[in-house]
Amino acid sequence: MAAVAHQAEHVAPLRVAEKRKSVAHRLTRVLSRAPLNILLLIIGVFWLVPTLGLFFTSLIVPDQISSVGWWKIFAQPSLATLENYRHVFADRSIMSALVITVFIAIGATVLPLLVGALAAYAFAWIDFPGRDWLFVGVVAAIVVPYQMALIPIFSIYNHVGLFDTVLGIVLFHTGFGLPFAIFLLRNFFVGIPKELLEAARIDGAGELRIFMRLVLPLGMPALASLTIFQFLWTWNDLLVALTFGRDTQPITVAIFTQMRQFGSNIDLIAPASFLSLAIPLVVFFAFQRYFAQGLLAGSVKS
Amino acid sequence: MAAMQDIAAKPPARGASPPTSAKGHRHSLRRRSLVALAFLAPALFFLVVWIVYPTVYTIGRSLYDKTGARFIGIDNYKTLFTTDILTVAIRNNAVWVAIAPATVTAIGLVFAVLTERIRWSVAFKTAVFMPMAISLFAAGVIWHIMYLQNPEQGAVNAAIGGVVQVFRPPGPLSGASPSTRALTGSAAQGFTLRVPVHPGSVARLGLTAIPPQDVPKGAVAAVEPASSPGAVTGVVWRDFRPGGGKPGKVEKGELGLPGVTLRLADRTGTIVATTTSGPSGDFTFSGLAPGAYRVGISSKTFTPPFAGIPWLGTSLITPSTIIAYIWVWAGFAMVVIGAGLAAIPRDVLEAARTDGATEWQVFRRVTVPLLAPTLFTVFITMIINVLKVFDIILSIAPGSSQAAGNVIALAMWRTSFGGVNDFGLGSAIAVLLFLLVIPVLLLNVRRFRRED
Repeated sequence: MAAVAHQAEHVAPLRVAEKRKSVAHRLTRVLSRAPLNILLLIIGVFWLVPTLGLFFTSLIVPDQISSVGWWKIFAQPSLATLENYRHVFADRSIMSALVITVFIAIGATVLPLLVGALAAYAFAWIDFPGRDWLFVGVVAAIVVPYQMALIPIFSIYNHVGLFDTVLGIVLFHTGFGLPFAIFLLRNFFVGIPKELLEAARIDGAGELRIFMRLVLPLGMPALASLTIFQFLWTWNDLLVALTFGRDTQPITVAIFTQMRQFGSNIDLIAPASFLSLAIPLVVFFAFQRYFAQGLLAGSVKS
Repeated sequence: MAAMQDIAAKPPARGASPPTSAKGHRHSLRRRSLVALAFLAPALFFLVVWIVYPTVYTIGRSLYDKTGARFIGIDNYKTLFTTDILTVAIRNNAVWVAIAPATVTAIGLVFAVLTERIRWSVAFKTAVFMPMAISLFAAGVIWHIMYLQNPEQGAVNAAIGGVVQVFRPPGPLSGASPSTRALTGSAAQGFTLRVPVHPGSVARLGLTAIPPQDVPKGAVAAVEPASSPGAVTGVVWRDFRPGGGKPGKVEKGELGLPGVTLRLADRTGTIVATTTSGPSGDFTFSGLAPGAYRVGISSKTFTPPFAGIPWLGTSLITPSTIIAYIWVWAGFAMVVIGAGLAAIPRDVLEAARTDGATEWQVFRRVTVPLLAPTLFTVFITMIINVLKVFDIILSIAPGSSQAAGNVIALAMWRTSFGGVNDFGLGSAIAVLLFLLVIPVLLLNVRRFRRED
């Protein structure tokens, strides 16, 4: 996104300079753009309202939350309290769910990154027979739906004791996260100047050494994008954890369990939902650049 | 989020050719293969155990019955296309595919083009892109709250209700009904006194079923109307008091109903006068020519307030969910298309403008054709995402409309893990889903191979 914005900035001054003829001219220009600015302002606000609505809902006093709309808070500020959040923080199942979510998201980010980076290096810089065919297989695997693996993995996990464990969920995310991880990293690694690697090889550096000392540091931007990606993706997962966990519940599953009586306990669901998305939002705002780059990597930008 | 990866399945930069060492070519080939294997082994382990083997297993499993004991051929697939719950899911998925990808791509394109013309594009893009960081599950919770039917609670219906109220204000007594059979008619047509009145006579219009909080403000005790020559006088009142009272009789403790619109019709049924009742429910039609008239209460009095559109009801749940889904994904399309737009050489656009093309012509004839590959990529990615849609339906739809909002991915999970635990049928549904993404899979592979 940053890259996109940068480009746009690059263009704007040019046009301005071109048309900076008179004050009247500029005024006309500003006025002619007013409808567009207003339109986009309305759209932008519209896009924010639903999320803000959840936030305001989560603040409404418990005995009013299922009868008044969140916008009433503005007319009647006394409706807003932190009571619901106090309850959520006191709720042991929600708190333990947050901890489990952290474990799952970290494990399921680190593992595919490591395994994927190794494989991506091999695909990018080691010539071995069948390399291209194997990589085509990886590209194909990117779109395989989770549903194709749920039943057999469920059976396997039951046999080997991985059912209802954080590890089981992490391993599943790793398996299904790998094709994209390998794809993204390989495309980035391929762009590392060939001379650098050859120089290292001539100096007698082993492949592992090249990987650790050269490829990983140079591949940092791609690794960062993938980290954000994988973290958000696994943090936000419902399907995998719902299938392979019973008591091992990340936050999405914990809320879903509460939801079976939606309406009566919205005072718990609303603040818990907001907590569940607050962390991804922080990550998103802090690393937006990498997130957007990951999105674009290998598609438009390459 | 999972499917965001699909966007990347476009041709990457040309693969680098590996360094070939001069001496010992064969030796080095074997060595290189071993090194490659060492690097690849962990990934291959994961890919085989979690993707390749399960895929093969699921295809085989779909030919067996619920418990896996008996081979039943394609029976599961027959069930799949004949069971109501599953055909609803397939039909819904078709609606999803028909609407969501095209809309997301179109909105993304419009936003990307428009944001190029404003100075605060970064802020706008951030706002629209933000839902991408939120889980689809939480997005469902968010929109569930937005869509609540009661306009007091659901923001969407509150907004619509605000507009509706301007054109069709609710009547003061929406739930009221006549207290005796002296009044005939309906809330939609208004109620009229069965017996005609003449100038000098009085009319009593008793209403009931009015909860205390619905009694119009300023109401005072009803008073038995006094006759007045040349006029029809009357009272419209809440014909009820604690303990009951006698219907049709103005009694102590019963309130008049102010603000009620009354109409007077002549013998032919033409309305000749209307008036509004006073604080004690009193009203007068004066200056009347002799003759028979009918007194009635206008239907306007009974116009019900806006009840809210049932967004989360069984008939609207799929379109409602699609709107929420578009809200999530529009930012993705906008950012990807925006990057494609930034890559278009400026001079191409400027040349078109210099040649006298209007902005619309530039957009239609230059920008869109140049963006076609990007638009196609976004569209394809969205098709895959939409086929896999799952979490948002679980969290947005109340229990009563879960079945109506069903889709293939959800049906697979429900059949396999939602209580029925039919792994045979569940596998068949998974295979159906897989078959639907295969064209995209082949497309990705072909594009990759062409480039590489």
